[in-house]
Amino acid sequence: MTASTATQPNRVDGAGRLTPANPVRFSFDGDTYHGLAGDTLASALLANDIHLVGRSFKYHRPRGILTAGPEEPNALVGIARGAARRQPNVRATVQEIHDGLDATSQNRWPSLTADVGEVNDWMSPVFAAGFYYKTFMWPKKAWDTVYEPIIRRAAGLGVAPDQPDPDRYAARYAHCDVLVCGGGAAGLSAALAAAESGASVIVCDERAAPGGALAFETDARIDGQDGHRWATETAAKLAAMDNVRVLPRTTAFGYYAQNFVALAERLTDHLDEPAPSMARERLWQVRAKRVVIATGAIERHMVFANNDRPGIMLASAARHYLNHYGVLIGRTVGVYTANDSAYAAAFDLKRAGADIAVIADIRDTVDPALLEEAGRLGIRVLTHHAVVAAGGKLRVSSIVVRPCRGGSRQVIPVDALIMSAGWTPSVHLFSQSRGKLRFDEDGRRFLPGEYAQDCASAGACNGAANLAATVEEGLAAGEAAAKAARPKATAKPLSIKAESGGSWDGLMLGAGPNPEAGKVVKAFVDFQNDVTEKDIRLAVREGFHSIEHVKRFTTNGMATDQGKLSNMHGLAIAAEALDRPIPEVGLTTFRAPYTPVTFGTIVGHGRGALFDPTRRTPMHESHERAGAVFEDVGQWKRPWYYPRAGEDMAAAVNRECVTVRKSVGMFDASTLGKIEVVGPDAAAFLHLIYTNPFMKLGVGRLRYGIMCREDGFIYDDGVVGRIAEDRFHVTTTTGGAPRVLNHMEDYLQTEFPEMKVWLTSTSEQWAVIALQGPKAAEVLAPFVGGLDLSKEALPFMSVAEGTFAGVPMRLFRMSFAGEDGFEINVPGDYGRAAWDALHDKVAEAGGCAYGTETMHVLRAEKGYIIVGQDTDGTVTPHDAGLSWAVGKAKDDFVGIRGLKRPDLAGGGRRQLVGLRSKDGSTVLDEGAQIVADPNQPPPMDMIGWVSSSYWSDNCGGPIAMALVEGGFDRMGETLYVPMPDGVVEVEVRDTNFWNPDAESDNG
Amino acid sequence: MLLIHCPYCEEARPEIEFRHAGEAHIARPADIASLTDEEFSRFFFYRDNPKGITFERWRHLHGCARFFNAARDTVTDKFLVTYPAGEAKPDLVEAANENAKGAT
Repeated sequence: MTASTATQPNRVDGAGRLTPANPVRFSFDGDTYHGLAGDTLASALLANDIHLVGRSFKYHRPRGILTAGPEEPNALVGIARGAARRQPNVRATVQEIHDGLDATSQNRWPSLTADVGEVNDWMSPVFAAGFYYKTFMWPKKAWDTVYEPIIRRAAGLGVAPDQPDPDRYAARYAHCDVLVCGGGAAGLSAALAAAESGASVIVCDERAAPGGALAFETDARIDGQDGHRWATETAAKLAAMDNVRVLPRTTAFGYYAQNFVALAERLTDHLDEPAPSMARERLWQVRAKRVVIATGAIERHMVFANNDRPGIMLASAARHYLNHYGVLIGRTVGVYTANDSAYAAAFDLKRAGADIAVIADIRDTVDPALLEEAGRLGIRVLTHHAVVAAGGKLRVSSIVVRPCRGGSRQVIPVDALIMSAGWTPSVHLFSQSRGKLRFDEDGRRFLPGEYAQDCASAGACNGAANLAATVEEGLAAGEAAAKAARPKATAKPLSIKAESGGSWDGLMLGAGPNPEAGKVVKAFVDFQNDVTEKDIRLAVREGFHSIEHVKRFTTNGMATDQGKLSNMHGLAIAAEALDRPIPEVGLTTFRAPYTPVTFGTIVGHGRGALFDPTRRTPMHESHERAGAVFEDVGQWKRPWYYPRAGEDMAAAVNRECVTVRKSVGMFDASTLGKIEVVGPDAAAFLHLIYTNPFMKLGVGRLRYGIMCREDGFIYDDGVVGRIAEDRFHVTTTTGGAPRVLNHMEDYLQTEFPEMKVWLTSTSEQWAVIALQGPKAAEVLAPFVGGLDLSKEALPFMSVAEGTFAGVPMRLFRMSFAGEDGFEINVPGDYGRAAWDALHDKVAEAGGCAYGTETMHVLRAEKGYIIVGQDTDGTVTPHDAGLSWAVGKAKDDFVGIRGLKRPDLAGGGRRQLVGLRSKDGSTVLDEGAQIVADPNQPPPMDMIGWVSSSYWSDNCGGPIAMALVEGGFDRMGETLYVPMPDGVVEVEVRDTNFWNPDAESDNG
Repeated sequence: MLLIHCPYCEEARPEIEFRHAGEAHIARPADIASLTDEEFSRFFFYRDNPKGITFERWRHLHGCARFFNAARDTVTDKFLVTYPAGEAKPDLVEAANENAKGAT
């Protein structure tokens, strides 16, 4: 015995495939243990005779290791690698150990052996199925203060990490002829057959090593050699082929439309010290011409009282721990079965030195060969007997055996119990592919029926009876898939001979002929969610007759293991209680993911700065240097305001607003959407797209245009310039650019395809500086070449091409502030240089840069709308006071008929008006509701809402715009705006707050 | 993720390149301004929501950027055929045969 196994009492010399010379140190709940390289955490703990590894979700029952695979519901632990890398609910049966692995048990306090929450177990009558719905209905207040905090603390599993995930996650797309999901006997056979005929193949398996059940079926012979050795050599052979990719530790977790399958590959969780450059996991998104599903079968447990005690596990798991890991799970082992395969486990355990206390077989008749072998090994077999209870608490210490038809109970001491109710084919992926399952009456199992996609199932998941059939099905499926994907390829059919004593029958579902079934006991169906047989009967008794309802009422199958062990038992018990056949009761839906997948894998690189693109204008750095505060406008970062020393936002905005009206201000308007509309029919096209007339817009002139949808509501607005007879420069709102282009393309391509027009997005090609204020022309003049800036040569609402400091420029004379002003368009690459040069002159003239907030205030002072702020998708141009922009002589435009709808043309519409706070000081809340009678008891009649509201230094008080029922007829009326600090009295007025009397050639 | 065959690019491309654009074969009436309320509501508001084969518009937004039509089965999500905008509704039996030929 070597030093490393000396500390592992359950490690059997000469058993298993691990190398005693490769010890690994790990810790569990703070204590250090040794395992061997190749161990899972579960096998290493069992080697150290540790069965108790956690506490259950609801009742805090002590729980052990039930399985040896990904279906594990009980042995969930927290794994930590430093402070930031903490993953809860890791299945100990899947986690491979490595030096320094740090595992902690969950859902217990203060310790695993002495847990206060255990009180839930004694109070379990209170916590039966549906207790949430019944017990905690009232008082309502207690939810926040008592029930929720206490329940949240008491019921739960692991603790989520509280730091950002430091790991990287990779993502790959892949295409292949044949994807094989599962690397057991069926999957490897399929992959081999497909690969030999030249198809490109991806084969994945969730475990570290290939072979599936061959890991424990030591009597399996394939191609004349030991089954596990065949699997290892076949996987190596496949990996060496150019047309094959073998992915170990990779779970096919989701099957989507058109053979799109998602795989999660785990890259570092098994390593001592992964290189920092390594991604932790990789998401594969595979598009396969054909898919072979070879996902095997999962053994089911037996349902009896206290069947969850540590030390009780699936027969195949015990065999797996012995034959692969060299770990004997107990010294005196009981066996409870409805199935031949448990006998093989019992015999293996016996030969490895365990006492088999008894084999209790629920069946009347058992294969004489098995009984004979049991006799030869000195094992007592009790046929037609059931285990009705287990004794012991932190570890099973005895079992109570009783004849199925009733009779005396005998108590048999054991330190472990292995069980098998039969095998459930893993039809998860098939079902996710939308294939229809059929119920196999004889085998008591659901099998793939009608296929919905280009896939085939092979092996145990397809109901194959034995290893020979499994290999045969695998070969056939692989060959057929390759042929379908590459019809012209020719290959010689493979033939591989396989044999084994094992079988994977469906057999017993539910509690079986157990004489104590349905009693007030804890016979668990779903271990992870603490659902008992009694809970399911209770659900049926309370009137839940649909299996989907039973599932939700009891939470059976709703834990992270998705009912891999429990669904069939739960269904059978419900069917029995309902007295209906199983296929009639039906199965709940299988959903992705097959096993839990980390968020990191799904998100991949798309987080932090890469979560969403950030768009910056060419002038962004200048704004940063000027100390701008930015606001997010869609994906854009826009300067919000430019605070100077000692200024808060209000002070900065007030200064900027006053400066623009007194001298000059400059604003980065580059985010405006821009579309170049070109072609002989360009004017006719815009004439149809906008409500305004465009046929007669002169070259060199601008027009403010409104765009509606066919329903007559405002969709977008913007200024359109005619650069030439056949060329227009269209601007859109910042957020509207993509959808406006889509809207235009839609009409151009599908409704007016005869028009000769081309649309090109130029949003990023032009950098735009809005220069506004009485000194705008004076500041701009020194930069301009080839243009006369006089109002005679370049009047308001006109456009001309010239140069700005030698750079090509389209100059718009227009204003969104109601001043003399310009929008200077220069090629994007010159944007920053133009901004910086102009900024110096603006500063010299006593002006400043201003941000989006000031832009908003200035336009509101003039009553100009912002689409999406003062409109909400139910506002017509007439409602917005823009009837002048709807061409009355036009016989067609998009929205012309919608505007005539009776509800749009009739009275009582909400119309855009201005509001003045009568106290002269209160800035209304944007979004606040408006009422006519403040004394009306609730529910009050709300006649409108505030759409824009600001403090305006220029106007000397608050200004607001609002959509109010019949607003145009309410001028001078007093209305009321209830706000958190009281009702504000307002007077309805027009929306032009600034300088309404001046000659407004700029308005 | 669906694979969609763009009838202009003549290639099946991933769904993320495309944008759905509502029901197909609803032409904007030439004299839209003179429709009655009933006619307009039929044209603008009423849409089929079939369980089975639906005719719908797609745009290959991140590709050729063109609009086209498709017949898709809403139960299986399978595309029966895609075809350029402006073409008449295809004969689906014939289309299925064409597809089958194309696949082999």
